[in-house]
Amino acid sequence: MATIQDIILSFRDKPGGIIEAYHAVQKAYNYLPEETIAVAAETFGVSEAQAFGVATFYSYLSVAKRGKYVIRMCESAPCHIAGAEALIKAFETALRIKAGETTADGKFTLELTECVGQCQGTPVITINSVPYVNMNPEQVPAVLALCQ
Amino acid sequence: MGHLSELHARCTDQYIEKFNRSRVIVGLGTCGIAAGGDKVMAAIQHEAASKNMHIDIDFTSCIGICFREPTVEISLPGFAGVIYGDMTPDKVPYLLESHIINRHPVEEWAVMQISEGSTALYENITKMNDYPFYSKQVRTVTSRLGRTNPESLTDYVATDGYKALEKALSMQQLDIIEEIKKSGLRGRGGGGFPTGMKWGFVYQAVGAKKYVVCNADEGDPGAFMDRSVLEGDPHSVLEGMAICGYAVGADEGYIFVRAEYPLAIKRLQTAIAQAEKYGLLGNNILDTGFNFKIKIKAGAGAFVCGEETALLTSIEGNRGMPRVRPPFPANQGLWGKPTNLNNVETYVNVPFIINRGSDWYTSMGTEESKGSKVFCLTGKINNTGLAEVPMGISLRDIIYSVGGGIQNGKRFKAVQIGGPSGGCIREEDLDLPVDYDSLTAAGAMMGSGGLVVMDETTCMVDVAKFFLSFTQTESCGKCTPCREGTKRMLEILNRLCSGAGRMEDLDTLERLGRVVKNTALCGLGQTCPNPILSTILYYRDEYLAHIQDKRCPAGACSALLVYQIDPDKCKGCSKCAKNCPAGAITGGKKKPYFIDVDKCIKCGACLPGCQFEAIYNDAAPHRNNCRPATRRTA
Ligand SMILES: Cc1cc2nc3c(=O)[nH]c(=O)nc-3n(C[C@H](O)[C@H](O)[C@H](O)COP(=O)(O)O)c2cc1C
Ligand code: FES
Repeated sequence: MATIQDIILSFRDKPGGIIEAYHAVQKAYNYLPEETIAVAAETFGVSEAQAFGVATFYSYLSVAKRGKYVIRMCESAPCHIAGAEALIKAFETALRIKAGETTADGKFTLELTECVGQCQGTPVITINSVPYVNMNPEQVPAVLALCQ
Repeated sequence: MGHLSELHARCTDQYIEKFNRSRVIVGLGTCGIAAGGDKVMAAIQHEAASKNMHIDIDFTSCIGICFREPTVEISLPGFAGVIYGDMTPDKVPYLLESHIINRHPVEEWAVMQISEGSTALYENITKMNDYPFYSKQVRTVTSRLGRTNPESLTDYVATDGYKALEKALSMQQLDIIEEIKKSGLRGRGGGGFPTGMKWGFVYQAVGAKKYVVCNADEGDPGAFMDRSVLEGDPHSVLEGMAICGYAVGADEGYIFVRAEYPLAIKRLQTAIAQAEKYGLLGNNILDTGFNFKIKIKAGAGAFVCGEETALLTSIEGNRGMPRVRPPFPANQGLWGKPTNLNNVETYVNVPFIINRGSDWYTSMGTEESKGSKVFCLTGKINNTGLAEVPMGISLRDIIYSVGGGIQNGKRFKAVQIGGPSGGCIREEDLDLPVDYDSLTAAGAMMGSGGLVVMDETTCMVDVAKFFLSFTQTESCGKCTPCREGTKRMLEILNRLCSGAGRMEDLDTLERLGRVVKNTALCGLGQTCPNPILSTILYYRDEYLAHIQDKRCPAGACSALLVYQIDPDKCKGCSKCAKNCPAGAITGGKKKPYFIDVDKCIKCGACLPGCQFEAIYNDAAPHRNNCRPATRRTA
């Protein structure tokens, strides 16, 4: 795997490249490991506070370690009226963690998200950015079983 | 400029040639893939190979009927294409055998047929124009969706792609801007600002370096129009931007796409590479000396970046916080340079206007709102999907004719239009024409095009709470009215939904709402009270029921549900008492059981277990409808 340094340096000459660099680091590491901030600050000539501010402003970026499978559950109004609440509970019960937490084995992270633009099939979840639509609580075990 | 006509001729030949073969085309937008379209595709490839069938297998994007996905189109030379819905891999062998080998379309699975040119129609299959979902639609912006391969430049050019760019490059810059002004095109990103006027400002702005930016940060809950267009017709966005670039004098463009749309990003990248290869983007476009490059920037999950100044600062690599305008981006935008920023759908309208003229465009729509608008139908509506309708059509037509009415025969209650910035429209107002000004006058707004339909089981207080919870989460925190106001209003709504509401809460909500509306820094805060204010206006009774009776009439707020047992129906089997984790149910053998409302935790565990249907609440009402006269008073 490319080092964080290498990844970030490859965006050095891109105007406004810091967010792209973060995306690339997160793609490789699933989150932004701590050294990302310092390296990015140095590379893009901003303070560490600012680099950290950017990393934490955006919900797609995570400075906390996350599981191999990041399950994001949409809780926006269209998904809500289609039964998202019961679905969210079903995931929490099945994995025995709350939204925002990661399982002890590091396999799953549950996150709440706002609309992901798949409202034709509410309620919606995404697993590592792949959408699953028209979900219901009974499908939860089968969907989790897909994550191996 | 022989360049494009040569390419056009070549592409058209290749395109027409496709229709001389038997074709199977799978709808692979993200919605189709999520519904299982990729598995259907694999089954088709497998079946065709194992049966040694000589067919073309291709893909397209979503044609709009998301409620019938996955879709597959089959066309035989000389015959109309038949669109099949609800496809599964196990249907594939029979489908191919019947339609391709035996030349008998499978009528039971067919949704509709589409005749290209003079191809023959089948007798018993509905034509697209007669299919209720499409009969009131116009397809301009969405015309290629589900009809062409979005990763094929050939398909785009053969369907008049880049002709408008060629035409524009032979026009004077101001003439293009004038044509857009005359068309009456207004921004499709929500605000409805006249597009031609905006272009005029950027043209006039002083500076050698200018930018063109496309806002594809679509984030309104209930909206996926821009995703559908980007996934289905990416070249049209590029063409619209290039025309704009030439007209305003810019040589560089950015498309800001939300990170949640990876397929849109991939198809845009493919399209940009193709366009550059054929001299339709890049340096010296179509040998005219005009240079225009387009780059993609992925968002990182912040709704507020849809606001134009926040978007631009995010492209620059900062936290996406809005700033006070003026200066407007037209004068000081990206990296301080004059910048034209429009929505995806706005740009896609441009090539059509240039090709067909502003007179054609103004023939659609109302006095102040011209052309068509793409809407997403979501919520408790039968036909969830993507629909393009002429401006001025009534909401009733969209919901009942296009949308096929309400799911499960339930009663319509309200439609939320304009997402978290918009408001609810009641049954009484459904005949309103859809245009910018009528919707605003009704307390809603056109917004980006999400229509969230709600039925009698939806609680309006709960919906207002969820829209506010959205804006509260997405508030960037820069200005106090929005940061604090959304939080306080959400607290009150949470209180109402949990049964702790007080009468003065309604006044406080309305007052806070007005303050936030008038004082917030950007559109996010200025419009976030709309869902609350419009529901208080139209559904005051429902708010009062939550506050005074501690009751949710729609039965949606679980904390307010009162579970009861009908003594006439209860056979005293004691199953409910065993299922109750709170020990709230008591009774004796063969005697009616009773729920102690003070102990009940409203988990609902008792309800499904009762085989005599003796347990009921507001959400699962009493079958005889003879509710006891005394309701719980808090
Ligand atoms: C909070 C907020 C979110 C917005 N989100 C979007 C969006 O997702 N897409 C969009 O095109 N415009 C969005 N807008 C409107 C833009 O600020 C801008 O007006 C629009 O992109 C201009 O393009 P148009 O004139 O073509 O509509 C948003 C505005 C606000 C205040
Ligand atoms: S509201 Fe959940 S995907 Fe749009």
